[in-house]
Order: sequence, then structure tokens, then C-alpha cells
Amino acid sequence: MTVSPLAAWTDRLAALAPALDVTEVPFRSQLTVRVSDPDAIAAMGDALGVRFPAVPCTFSAGTGEFGAVEVLWLGPDEFLVTASPDLQVTIEEVLRGALQDVRGSVVDTSAQRTTVVLQGPRARDVLAHGCSVDLHPASAPRGTCVQTLLARTGIVLQVNDDGYTILVRSSFAEYFAAWLADAATEYLAVP
Amino acid sequence: MQLIPCPWCGPREEAEFHYGGQAHVAYPEDPSALSDEEWAQYVFFRENPSGPFAERWSHSAGCRRWFNAVRDTRTHDLLAVYRVGEPMPEVTA
Amino acid sequence: MTHRTPTGGSIDRNTLLRFTFNGTEYTGHPGDTLASALLANGVHSIGTSVKLGRPRGVVAAGSEDPTSLVQVEAPFSEPMLLATTVELYDGLVARGLSGQGRLSAEPDPARYDAKHEHCDVLVVGAGPAGLVAALTAARAGARVVLVDEQNQAGGALLGVDEYLDDRPSAEWVADVVAELKSTPGVLVLERTTAFGMYQDGFVLALQKRTDHLGFAAPAAVARHRVWRIRTRQTVLATGAHERPVVFADNDRPGIMLASSARTFLHRYGVLPGSRAVVFTTNDSAYCAAIDLAESGVDIALIVDARAEAPARLSTECAARGIEVRAGQFVTGTEGSSRVEAVLVGDQRIACDTLLVSGGWNPVVSLFSQARGALRYDSELGAFVPGEELPTVRVAGSATGELDLTACTRQGRDAGAGAARAAGFTPGGQVPLPASDSRCTARSGLVLWRVPGSDDTSFVDLQRDSTVADVLRATGAGLRSLEHIKRYTTIGTAHDQGKTSGMIAAGIVAEALGVELGEQRPTTFRPPYTSVSFAALAGRDRGELHDPVRVTSIHPWHVEHGALFENVGQWKRPWYYPQPGEDLHTAVLRECRATRESVGLMDGSTLGKIDVQGQDAGKFLDMLYTNLMSTLKVGKIRYGVMCGVDGMVIDDGTVIRVGEERYLVTTTTGNAAKILDWMEEWLQTEWPHLDVHCTSVTEHWATIPLVGPRSRDVLAAVAPDLDVSNEAFEFMTWHDTTVAGVPARVCRISFSGELAYEINVTGWHGLTVWKALMEAGKPYGITPYGTETMHVLRAEKGYPIIGQETDATVTPQDLGMSWAVSKKKPDFIGKRSFARAENNRSDRKQLVGLLPVDPAVLLPEGSQIVETDRLPEPPVRMLGHVTSSYPSAALGRTFALALVRSGHDRIGETLYVPVEDALVPVTVTESVLYDKEGARRDG
Ligand SMILES: [Zn+2]
Repeated sequence: MTVSPLAAWTDRLAALAPALDVTEVPFRSQLTVRVSDPDAIAAMGDALGVRFPAVPCTFSAGTGEFGAVEVLWLGPDEFLVTASPDLQVTIEEVLRGALQDVRGSVVDTSAQRTTVVLQGPRARDVLAHGCSVDLHPASAPRGTCVQTLLARTGIVLQVNDDGYTILVRSSFAEYFAAWLADAATEYLAVP
Repeated sequence: MQLIPCPWCGPREEAEFHYGGQAHVAYPEDPSALSDEEWAQYVFFRENPSGPFAERWSHSAGCRRWFNAVRDTRTHDLLAVYRVGEPMPEVTA
Repeated sequence: MTHRTPTGGSIDRNTLLRFTFNGTEYTGHPGDTLASALLANGVHSIGTSVKLGRPRGVVAAGSEDPTSLVQVEAPFSEPMLLATTVELYDGLVARGLSGQGRLSAEPDPARYDAKHEHCDVLVVGAGPAGLVAALTAARAGARVVLVDEQNQAGGALLGVDEYLDDRPSAEWVADVVAELKSTPGVLVLERTTAFGMYQDGFVLALQKRTDHLGFAAPAAVARHRVWRIRTRQTVLATGAHERPVVFADNDRPGIMLASSARTFLHRYGVLPGSRAVVFTTNDSAYCAAIDLAESGVDIALIVDARAEAPARLSTECAARGIEVRAGQFVTGTEGSSRVEAVLVGDQRIACDTLLVSGGWNPVVSLFSQARGALRYDSELGAFVPGEELPTVRVAGSATGELDLTACTRQGRDAGAGAARAAGFTPGGQVPLPASDSRCTARSGLVLWRVPGSDDTSFVDLQRDSTVADVLRATGAGLRSLEHIKRYTTIGTAHDQGKTSGMIAAGIVAEALGVELGEQRPTTFRPPYTSVSFAALAGRDRGELHDPVRVTSIHPWHVEHGALFENVGQWKRPWYYPQPGEDLHTAVLRECRATRESVGLMDGSTLGKIDVQGQDAGKFLDMLYTNLMSTLKVGKIRYGVMCGVDGMVIDDGTVIRVGEERYLVTTTTGNAAKILDWMEEWLQTEWPHLDVHCTSVTEHWATIPLVGPRSRDVLAAVAPDLDVSNEAFEFMTWHDTTVAGVPARVCRISFSGELAYEINVTGWHGLTVWKALMEAGKPYGITPYGTETMHVLRAEKGYPIIGQETDATVTPQDLGMSWAVSKKKPDFIGKRSFARAENNRSDRKQLVGLLPVDPAVLLPEGSQIVETDRLPEPPVRMLGHVTSSYPSAALGRTFALALVRSGHDRIGETLYVPVEDALVPVTVTESVLYDKEGARRDG
């Protein structure tokens, strides 16, 4: 009954292995939070079991009542909370509760972007074909989270221990997948 | 591809930014109190210096923040960037 | 007859490559360029010159060559390549050009790409200075990228047989390269030309990755790659180009730069001829002469323009029986397809080769691109880097230094300095190799030209530009090198004047009687060498040229044969033709079905912005021309946004979701722009407002369900919803369940019909669409596209932003004074409505046009005039047609138009020039269908 933006791309993306392991993780709960009040930020973190990132261009992760939750820094008063599917309604309520009357906003944006996990020996190489941000571990250590351009689409890029998580606007997802498949082409012969 | 140092995200390629024209042109307190001439000054007229120029940029593909930058229009060198609400720093061109 | 030496050169003599040039088959070896292979086969005449048709050969051994232009025909046709930079492969087919090639009409099957690379130290050039610089920086722990144009490192060492540290220089080079390649964090890029240097340490380099493989090039590998290198520090070790001396008939095949002949000998094992004259202004050509003599070339004479020949080298020449004449000049040449004799004073010396050296030009292109100032070095007769830059260092012969040990020392200093500036501490010094070089070029005479026939003294061989052309320019009063460059075209060919630019500057200075140091050199611009458009486009072509944005319902549209319209980057269904239908018939059918029963469309591309906060109403009151703060929760209002100049920038509906929450919709094309617009005001003008805006465009799939039977269809899929007119009024919304999915249903209409807009998450869009199609079957539900949507709204006189408006149209011009608040003290644009210009009675205003002949369709964009006969120009234009359609509902054609004083012209007859006729039209109000709105409210 639900269809994810890259549902039709599963096989084509799987074919990029082993050079590149690309998996869409569909239907993640995602909430865009605008808040700058430190107490409200702390309260939200407590409610989710994760400390909100204090440093620009990073993300934090934690586990609490809603399982594994990540909070991505999107701007000086803007965060994206991501969690397992089907939690968006509850988390929205919880965050609103933590926000109380403090200035800010909470919006369910779960279907606005889809989530793609990118791993494999060539992941960084492939991204370097379209992303101008330096992803060398010295410049972009684990925990880095940048909003930038990949080729001609915007992305949110998280650096994990074992690869990357990329959030891409749903309408750009097919372009993103097509670009990824094309950029990976020459690594398929020589992984 | 020039780098623009976003006050929040650090240096990023110019392609991530949108230009917003001259900085420090405030929306008039009470537009209805202005003469046509004064209103036209606000709407249509901007500085066009040869040298340092304070202007607005938005990190539109990044953190979506508007900020100010002083750019030398002769070289395109960005002499300073500063956040909205901060005073324009002293620069030497 | 072969012109190959019995041994030597870095070619694989055991492997034979076949190739075809100008229709004749030849052979060469791996390691050859097309030029070296041709010379080895005795082919010196490559093509003919662009204007004069004179035969031209090979002047230089590398990318500075001005003449050896070829068109490679196989495996893929590509024009304007230099034979000196085309690596030979088996099956190569090429032909010489007469200055111009021909682009292939076939699509290029090769792949091209780009890659970003970041480093601490970029070294350009893998000659001795560059290698030492790279090694020094690498040993200091910096991330280093070393790029070099050639297929192997070594730079100038590739063209000599000199020793470093008492062993062949190639061994020293191999050791350094091996260490670099095995050092983590070091990237060595061969066949890679840094062609552009920009601000902030940004360097573009083109890597030719598979050209040398010819037919064996793997299809999956990008043929060319543009490296987008971002570096903190750069060391330019770009070397120097030998320059010629200009004299009469200096363009014949067989006339070659001396060092290039030496390169052909040592790198490719090729002898440039059998009997050569050498004409030089400096020492370096002596080494070429001696090396060639030792390889069996008869050196007929060395003509040294200096008053005295160098003693030691003269002795060496005498020992080999080579005559040296000092203080003399080559004044001309003879020959047809190749030089046959050289004129020295009164004497005619028979030969098949003339080697020329007029000194050395440091390669300062990238330094100049990096905005480094150049300085004229009068001893060298060349521009050299004239200042130090904070992030760019120059080392080796690019500085004008031509002694090898001094060059490597510069490399070491530059490498260490760059590493230090990037935050690294160099350890022990890299040892400099000891050189046995006998020829330094520093002791030269600066000589631009030998007086003679100006008309055949070529300055730029590729442009056929001569001394006469330069003198014509200075005679016409031109003084600036930039102007003279454009007047004579010198330096504007593929080679960008690498061998001709300096000489042109020298001849100009002489002609004007000024010092060269007073002249500003012409600006060096990217690209340093030719770069194909395909390489620049990289992956951004074909289906990846621009992102194609699609909605969650897109697969259904494709499956059902929709034709698509590009709206910005979106693909939107344009119409859904049934068998035998064209646009016209399909749209009439879609319109009729919708007006008579029910239709639906994919409206997911509409921009949607969540606006939250205590001041949300206040904020929207400033952005829209009408009041939004008074909107009740559960209600919807249409609104128009203007710029500060009072011109309409966007429109859409505003839904009040809660006390402190609204959902704003924008036009498809303006979604990002309006969000930026909102943020701009919030962040820069009104940061005190408690408002936050969040894009939810793709979170929601939006499906307008339109037509008199839409209520029945909605009732079937939304069992919990009371769809009665009383319970669900026009311009209200309800949250409910549609087809089992949580949905927000808005009762709004962009067609004038009873209509609902169903919003579900993007994940559910396709499912709900299918459910609506199923539920609508009893009513013949009809999907429609943007064309039908346009017709339906135009019949109602609803403008489309960007079609009826063009940034010069106010809400009043659109007849929307009703949407402009009189109560609000201020909103963006309000003050401009009071400007005199915006109150002129002759402004262009939106009206309807009905062609008198109801079958005539006015072309959109047509002009409108007042009279039935065109007066003499200038003809007064009253406006133009903005939209024009045949209408099923009206049974005739109609149009919308912006017309001067249009609102006062209702009922008038105006004329629209269509091809040769003036079509009479009646001006009407813009609303042509259901003026009372009974259908919408039903
Ligand atoms: Zn930023």
C-alpha cells in the first residue's frame, strides 16, 4: 500500500555490489524541528534519548524509548530527527510536548526525503564524482552531516563508521539513483 | 569555482549559494510615510562600487541561512563574512 | 626508409602498431606519438595552413606545437588534435587538417566524467623540479596531488640522454615516482593537464584516460576526466617552451625547434632528417646538434646569432667536424613540401632540416591565471613570475631558471614551503641529483626576428599571421598587445600562442620603439590546452543532463501512455492520448469529461510550505496582498504575493491548519523561490517574528478530483467524511481517511467545477490515485494533464503566474483588486501600488479575447493592434496573447491577453496579426465560463 521513491530501483542498485552497496531504507520517520532555546533542545533530547548536536555539520545518535534515533544538524536552529518507520506521529507529539510554548516548530517531513545507505570499497570514490565536500576521514570524520550538492541535486550526507547515509528529496531520488549507477559504472569492472 | 565561507558551515562552493544583493538596505519602517522618490530609492536603487561591497548571500543548498559578506567587486575576493545582525567588520581591500 | 635510430627511446620496438595517415598505411611502436611515428616514416608534411594553404609540419614535440593539427577518424572522429599529443595505437586513422576540422555528426559513444580531489599540495609538472617538490611535500606528510601532461614522468628529462647521480635520469625519475606512488595520501596523475587555475586553490585538470588504448579502450571507463582539484598550496613546475626566431619562409615542414628534435631523438628514437642546419641564439641548441650528429645526422652548420660562439661547445663541435658560424643569421629558406635549403647571408646551404632555438619561454599561464603578476626578464627575453603569491609557488624552468640543479633546488624549496604553509613540517631534505648537463641556455641573445620578407615571416603559424600583419596593426595605431592580438589573431589558435605570443610582443615593442618591460602581456586564460565540450559536460548529459523530478504517481502516468511536459525540472503529464488522438482531440475529451462528469490530475508538484509560530498570521499578512490572519482554522483562502515593486510573483491557497499553523501552496515552478523569499524576510528583516517555514512539497502527494461527480467519487473512497455541501463547504478542509489512508481533503477549485484536492503522504500517492480511478469508474473518471488544466482555468480567467504575468503585472492589472486588502496598514508591495506608474490608465490589463471567427486559434505570444490595417511602422502594440485554446465548454476558441487599458476596452474589436492576416477579436472579461460560480459552489 505504500511505495517508496526508489522501489523500482532495488535491483539496479543491488547490481552495483560489491563495489558499492546501495540500499534504500524506506519509510523512515523524519521530523524537521526548528528550535534554538537550549532548555527546549535539552528536553527534546531527553525525550528521545539522544543529545541534539551542538556543532554545525554533525549529527548525533542515541537509543531511547523510540529505539535508535538520530538528530541531524541542518542549520543553527534546525534539526532533522530520524527514527524507525511509523513513529512520526508519536515523536511529533513528544517533541511538541518538549517544546511547550517556546518558539519553534515541529513538522512531519517523513516522505519529503528518502534514505539511502551507501557502503562498499568505492563509496567515497563514487561520491567524489559529484560532491565537492572533502570526504577524507581527516576532513569528514564519523558524525559529519552536511547538506550539499551531489551532481545536480541537493543531499543531506551523514558520515558513518562504515559508509554514508544520504537523504535525498523524493522527487530527485530517481535522478540520484540514476546518477549513482552511472558514476559507479567503471568501478563495477574493477571493484 | 570560488569558495564562500558560510558563517555556519565553513567554506563551500559558490554553487551552493544564492546572491541577495546589497546588504543593510532595511525595509522602511513605514513605507506609507515615504514620498514616491524615497520609496523608489528603496525599491530600485543600489550601490555599485568598485571595491569592497557589503552584500547578502544565502547558503541555499546548505543550512539555508542568510548572511552578509564584503566582496571586493574588482577581484571577487570575499574580504569578510558575518552573520545577520552583526556589524560589518573593518576590511582592507 | 626508416628514420629510426637502431636503439634508444622509450618505445617498445618489439611491438608494431599499424596506422593510417592521409590514406597511407604506416607502422609505429607503443610509446610513439602520431607525430613521432610519422617523422619515423619520413612524413614531415602534416597539413596545410588555414589561410594560405602552405604546407606545414611538426615544429615542436609537445602541446606547444602550433602546426601538426590532425583529425582522428577512428575509432571516433575528433577534430583539431595535435599529432604531437596523440599517442599512437593500433588501427589509428587520421588525416592532416588545413587549420580546421569537422565535428562528428554521430553521437559520441564515449563516457566522460569529473571527480573532486582535495589536497594540501598540488604539484603541476613531473619534471625534475616538480618531482622533487612533490617528494618533499609527500615526505612531510601532506596530501599531495602530482599532475603531469605526459604519459610518463620526467618532463624535460624525457628529451635528453643526460645522467643524474651517474645513472640514466630515467632511473632517478622511476625511483621518485615509485616512492610517491607508494606513499599514502599521494595521487600521481599521468596524462593529466592542469588547464585552469582559479580562486581559492581551485584547479581544473583534464586527464586523457583511454585515448592511448584506441580500439581497446574499455567502454565502461570514462575517456576523459576533469579533475576538480581543491588545494591549499600549489607548486607550479610547468617548465619552459623553446621559442623560435622568425625569418622569411620560416614555416616549411622540416623546420623544427632544436630541443624538440632532441626530444624526438631521445624519447622516440626518431631522426628528424639526414642533413640539418642549426640556427640558435643560445647554448641549448648545441646539445641538440651534438646529440643528432652522434646519431648520424649530418649537421651542415650551426649559425649562432651571437657575436661570439661559446668556446667549450664550439670545441666540442669542432671535434665532431661541425662548423659553427657566429654573428650570422638565417635569412630565408627554400623548398616545396619540405625545407630543401637554408639561406645564410649570401650562401645557400642544402639540407632537409632546420633546427631553430630562439631561447626559452617559462610556462607562466597558470601562474598568470592565478592572478600572479608577470615581469619581463630582459636577459631571457620572456615574461617570468614577477611576485610571490601566498598559495602559489613556482619552481624550475617556469621561473626562467634553466640550470637543472638550480631547478631541483627550487623544487625542494617550493615543496617544503608549500608543505609548511599547509601546516606540515618537512623532515630531512630530499637529496638533489647531480647533473652532467653541458648546455645551459641562460647565455642567450634575445632575437625576435631576422629582417626579410615580412609577408612570409610567420609569427603565428597556425593563424598564418606574419610580421607584416603585426606591422599593419602597429601602423594602424594599435599599441596594446591585447588589441594587437585581436587584430592579428596571433595567439588565438588551439595553442594559445605558446610559441608565438612572446615573439609577437617583442616585434610589437620593436615596432613601437618601446621597452618590452613597459608592455603589459596579454592575459592568460583557461584552458591552457584544448578541452572538449564533452569533457566539460562530463556526466551531465543525456538523461542526467538535468535532474528529472517525478512525483510518486509518475509510474502510473508512464504506464498509461501520458505524454509529459517539462515544468521546471518536473515531468508532468501533459495529456493522456488515446489511440488515434492528437493533443487537440485528447484535450477536448479530457476537458469535456471533467466538466461533465469527473476528472483527476496529479498536482503533487505544487509547492507546499508549512508555516508555524505565534506570528505566522502576522507574517503571512505581510507576504500576501490580502489578510490571512483572519482566516479561521479549517478554512482556505486564495492569495497573491507581490514583490516590493508591487508586481505579482506568485499565487496559491493558504490553509489554516491550527491557531499557529498554516500550510501555504505555491506554483510548481516557484516552490524553492518562495521558501527562500520567506526565509529572506524572516532572517534579514523580521528575526523577531516567531515563525518557522518548512518545505513539505514532497511529503504530500496532491490529487485534484474535479467535476460534478467528484463528490460521488470522494464519498466512495472517504466513508468517514460527510461530503455534503453543508458539511463540507467550498474553501474548507477536513482530515479524514481516503482509501484507508490518512488524508487531508481541501475543497478548492482551479477549474470552476465542484472539486476537491486530496493530500496523502508521497508514499501513499500511487495507491490513492489507483483507488480514485477505481471508484470513479462508474462515472467514466478521466485523468487529465497540464494542458486540460490550463484550458479549464483559462475558461475561468484564472491567471497562471509566469504565463499571464511577467514581473510587470500587478494584481490590479489581473483584475484582482478584490484580493488586495484595503485594511492592512502595510504588506509587501502595497506602497508601490500608490506609485503613479502603477496607476496609469493605459497599463496592460488581463482580458479575454474571442476571435470573431470562432474557429480561429490565436498563436500565444501574438501582438495586438488597434486597426484592421497595419499603418506604417512603428505600429503601436497594445499587448499580447498570453494563453489561447479551443474550448469544449464554449464550443469555440478563446484567448487571454494583456491589453493596454484592457478593462476599458471590453466590447471593442481589436486585431491580431497572424501570419499575413489581421484577425479581428472581441475584447471580453477574462471570465468566460460560469461567471456566477454556480458549478463550483454546487
Ligand atoms: Zn551554511
